[in-house]
Amino acid sequence: MAHVSDLIAEDIELYLKTHENKSLLRFITCGSVDDGKSTLIGRLLYESKMLFEDQLTQLEFDSKKVGTQAGDLDFALLVDGLTAEREQGITIDVAYRFFSTDKRKFIVADTPGHEQYTRNMITGASTADVAIILIDARKGVLTQTRRHSYLVSLIGIRYVVLAINKLDMVGYSEAIYNQIDQDYRTFAKEVGLQNIVTIPMSALKGDNITELSVNTPWYRGETLMGYLENVQIEDTVEKSGVFRMPVQWVNRPNLDFRGYSGLVVRGSVKPGDAIRVLPSGRESRVARIVTQEGDLEKAISGQSITLTLTDEIDISRGDVLATTDSPPGVANQFEATVVWMTDEAMLPGRPYLMKIGTKTVTANVSTLKHKVNVNTLEHVAAAKLELNEIGVCNLSTDQLIAFDPYSEDRDTGGFILIDRLTNNTVGAGMLHSALRQPHDSSQWQDFHVNKQAHAALKGQKPFIVWFTGLSGSGKSTIAMLLERKLYSLGKHTYLLDGDTIRHGLNKDLGFTDADRIENVRRTAEVAKLLVDAGQIVLVSLISPFSAEREMARELVAQGEFFEVFVDAPIQAAEERDPKGLYKKARSGELKDFTGLDSPYEAPENSEVRIDTTAQTPEQAVEHIINYLLGIGALG
Amino acid sequence: MLTHLQRLEAESIQIMREVVAECEHPVMLYSIGKDSAVMLHLAVKAFYPSKPPFPLLHVDTTWKFREMIEFRDVMAKKLGLELIVHINPQGVEKNINPFTHGSAIHTDIWKTEGLKQALDKYGFDVAFGGARRDEEKSRAKERIFSIRSAQHRWDPKLQRPELWRLYNARKHKGESIRVFPLSNWTELDIWQYIYLNNIPIVPLYFAKERPVVERDGTLIMVDDERLPMREGEQPMMKSVRFRTLGCYPLTGAIESEANTLTAIIQEMLLTRTSERQGRLIDHDSAGSMEKKKQEGYF
Repeated sequence: MAHVSDLIAEDIELYLKTHENKSLLRFITCGSVDDGKSTLIGRLLYESKMLFEDQLTQLEFDSKKVGTQAGDLDFALLVDGLTAEREQGITIDVAYRFFSTDKRKFIVADTPGHEQYTRNMITGASTADVAIILIDARKGVLTQTRRHSYLVSLIGIRYVVLAINKLDMVGYSEAIYNQIDQDYRTFAKEVGLQNIVTIPMSALKGDNITELSVNTPWYRGETLMGYLENVQIEDTVEKSGVFRMPVQWVNRPNLDFRGYSGLVVRGSVKPGDAIRVLPSGRESRVARIVTQEGDLEKAISGQSITLTLTDEIDISRGDVLATTDSPPGVANQFEATVVWMTDEAMLPGRPYLMKIGTKTVTANVSTLKHKVNVNTLEHVAAAKLELNEIGVCNLSTDQLIAFDPYSEDRDTGGFILIDRLTNNTVGAGMLHSALRQPHDSSQWQDFHVNKQAHAALKGQKPFIVWFTGLSGSGKSTIAMLLERKLYSLGKHTYLLDGDTIRHGLNKDLGFTDADRIENVRRTAEVAKLLVDAGQIVLVSLISPFSAEREMARELVAQGEFFEVFVDAPIQAAEERDPKGLYKKARSGELKDFTGLDSPYEAPENSEVRIDTTAQTPEQAVEHIINYLLGIGALG
Repeated sequence: MLTHLQRLEAESIQIMREVVAECEHPVMLYSIGKDSAVMLHLAVKAFYPSKPPFPLLHVDTTWKFREMIEFRDVMAKKLGLELIVHINPQGVEKNINPFTHGSAIHTDIWKTEGLKQALDKYGFDVAFGGARRDEEKSRAKERIFSIRSAQHRWDPKLQRPELWRLYNARKHKGESIRVFPLSNWTELDIWQYIYLNNIPIVPLYFAKERPVVERDGTLIMVDDERLPMREGEQPMMKSVRFRTLGCYPLTGAIESEANTLTAIIQEMLLTRTSERQGRLIDHDSAGSMEKKKQEGYF
């Protein structure tokens, strides 16, 4: 490439002009050190004249000292030269290398190491347009080739180069090349890879890297560099009509300007275009595309822009602006593939933070349907997902989110999961489809987040189970057991316990009749609010007077209040006396004690009566659950 | 279709906006060099018509080129941005300098310690830096969002996988994040972008007659009277320029006639020695950058 230097020397401005119009291609190389991956990357850096003299001198020196190529340049040393770091115990997971030619700038994701291969490869591949899958011509298609190809397909890379390397070691045999090519294509179909270009090469000798090799006269295709320079990637080409921009930041320098900043991840946008805001479904038109250099007439996929709209509507970070013709879906339950990236296993039911686009919500895996054996592609039943495992699961989020299937759009369909305690990124995922589309997004226009919405999101009917009974009758014990049972059934519950409330919210109240009434009233109001929030509320309170219990019942809708009378004879309660209160009352230390010197009005029409002389707490819970199931309260 | 520079620009802007949207108290490390110049230019673009919603922080060592300091003050004023200058008081008190203490201690006290002090003093939870992955081997695997412990240490085990354009900016109280919006730029990209956008840079990048002395094969500029002359040493006037800028006694000049941007780029493309060669601190010991990073250097 001597002519490049000449051009630089003779006409630097012309050179800069050509380089100014270069495009960018990101790719990943898949294969282990044995396949010659490092040699290939080193070779590409070398061939593109991206090495400086001091680096070349170092390379020559290292090649002689530790190289494996008998004094010839060992290109692998250029990328493997991190031995010092290895000795320091620093893991090398994903490294990025850069080189450019006259046509393109390239970013290579290099993922050495075998141990964390899945995690690292998925990370490196998530931003790649092209994958180069290396095969050692002597070995053919191996298990690891299948694994790499599956991961490439999973992450949605559509362009694959099958580099059949080390062809020099098999005498540049066309037959071997053809056999491997055929084997690979049969298998690639299984994992859904389509645009495959096979190139016979020797990274070490430089065959078919930048120039077609005389050693493979039977090969009529492109060189590797030729392919990388010319391949047209659909994703980077603007697709008309499917505009998407997640709002990153609301730009408000003063009261007169309200702009929405973000990166156009798909399609294009012009002033005057109708747009819809998701998930709210509100619509408006683009007024301006504002930049420091003046307004734009059009913005396309890949640009970071700031938009203003013709209407003042409520838009915040996390919303997605989209074309009205073909907006993204809106849902809170999804099927997704998750790749687990941390030592602590993923457990269904545990809540994680999920970041998708610019929105962060709480998500949990409701069902782990199966995991995938990355070597055989078999589906395996599993209760949890360990580090480097991949599983298909159902996810539910605590808020509605706008999304596209990952296969259509990486930016609106890809997400990461963050551990809420460690704040680490613990998983990555790809949304496939919504499980239950609650509404068409257009109907969310005037949607009010009410009791039904809260309840729908939790997948339950909210109600109150009100436990009444003497002190020491066993109310709290049964209520706690019931809550545990409901929780295991996947219900969102909350237990309001009399003692707890008296220590906080009602600590200003005593035990006079008036205070007892106020105690019940406040607790009932809190229970009502929780029902409005879609929660199942258990209340454990002596609540001695029927009037207040009725008042509590009337606060919520019919069918949302169930009274459980925990019926224990006072002698039995006094005998149990778990907190020693009867003793204090008898000795006069406590006044106005229910059942002794303050009355208890036993309920006559409770939904459930528990006879503590005949039922154990476990039986009591079963009794209550059967009742709730019987009337359909548990859905 | 976007050109590579347009894509890089959009990516850097997206990164800066994520930080501002998700973090409480960001600051931009302004080192006055060409990378800082590009980063600052991008910040102004990213938030326009608002001003960048964070201050600039310069960790001064008292040994920077005078022209850098002048340039710094002019730029901050011109853009109307708050500029915080932090000078490690211990460095002042102990009169830390590269001659008696060596470059390692000099860098540690003024830069590494100075930076940590400044971040703690103002309670910044995120600091933007202009480092690039192509600069040095150990940077190639650096994350764009690099989490640091409450003691500012870089723990390789704490580094999070970064997928797609999704950055995880969550952290515990006391922890901070260094964010590198120029991660995917190369030296040539930086120069090309400066050229295309007429971004102002410190005049030291352009060749000019300057007083220098030659030491161990490196040309050191005599920027003020504090540079002790060795026996028989006389400053000589040479047409020189700098590829990187730092503390003047630690920054090697190159002989050059390149006094325009195109000439600089031309020279860079033809000379073919890597940029950090002029930086004396990187040569102190093998793996030195890695070590410095763990200790909290940028």
